[in-house]
Amino acid sequence: MIGDLLRQPWPWYVTGPLVGLVAIGLLVIGNKQFGVSSNLRHLCAACVPSDVAYFKYDWRRAGLWNLVFIGGVVIGGFVGGVLLANSHPAAITPQAHASLAALGIHDFAGLVPRELFNWHALLSVRGLVMVVGGGLLIGFGTAYAGGCTSGHGIAGLADLQLPSLVAVLSFFASGALASHFLLPLLVPR
Amino acid sequence: MSATPTTPVTTAARASSRERLLAAYLLLGILFGLVLTKGELVSWFRIQEALRFQGLYLYEVFAAALAVAAPGFALLTRRRVRSLAGELIVIPPKVLGRGIRYVAGGLIFGTGWALVGACPGPLFALLGAGVGVIAVACVAAMAGTWVYGYLRPRLPH
Repeated sequence: MIGDLLRQPWPWYVTGPLVGLVAIGLLVIGNKQFGVSSNLRHLCAACVPSDVAYFKYDWRRAGLWNLVFIGGVVIGGFVGGVLLANSHPAAITPQAHASLAALGIHDFAGLVPRELFNWHALLSVRGLVMVVGGGLLIGFGTAYAGGCTSGHGIAGLADLQLPSLVAVLSFFASGALASHFLLPLLVPR
Repeated sequence: MSATPTTPVTTAARASSRERLLAAYLLLGILFGLVLTKGELVSWFRIQEALRFQGLYLYEVFAAALAVAAPGFALLTRRRVRSLAGELIVIPPKVLGRGIRYVAGGLIFGTGWALVGACPGPLFALLGAGVGVIAVACVAAMAGTWVYGYLRPRLPH
């Protein structure tokens, strides 16, 4: 009974406010700005030795707190995604379900479609474009824009910053276009 | 929010308060990872639903998050609150400039977001949730950031 309850997905009115509280919590703890993509830069600065000026800074001083924070995100992902995993597929709308099924998605269980995100699929051109190409674009784009869904979408918008609004509108626009027109080319039928 | 220390701050005391702060960041990270997974913000299906405008869930989450964060931020900065670490809480303004970086960077990021169905936070949460292939996307994202750093002097901002 309790187990079933803990495995239930959280509704938007629980999830959303908690996201807001996380951003507030970082300010309260140490005047830190909520933003996950900075960690990609810190990881590069920490792990990839180079002469590139963008990575020549004291990453421990600037980003250790944030790396610890995303270390926590990995642990939280394990708790929420494995220990308390929802045994039912995400309750997306029937329209969304139908449109993804029309793309060629059959398996709606879990957090990602297993037919697209597995080691075998990664060896195909489509899988490579999706996972490696997508990852490259995420890393390049967030660094260029100076933030992602958390830094611009939550922290920037909550502070009513115009640059963040520009970034958010841009990534929702291209995300919508890519989901409509690029994804159909990449899902094997 | 912070008390003035009555005893001289020794290196050891400073180190232990630093560790306590790091523990706080870790706990907040665990909470965020839990929110991302239980709130289905890491779900590829949920992201596609939102990007195809076929469901309101993600937009409701954003609206609720902003409804909490915006007044919270305003209160913390206007009341000149100090953080637990002792600093005055300030949110540095982002400079718009010509705005090219926000449009171009946003457009590039959004494309990757739709393909992987995850943004940076969820990438790390999915790693914890045991989706092994996502490790490749994480390394690719690091590589993308590195390429940006390399090309940065030649890119319009």
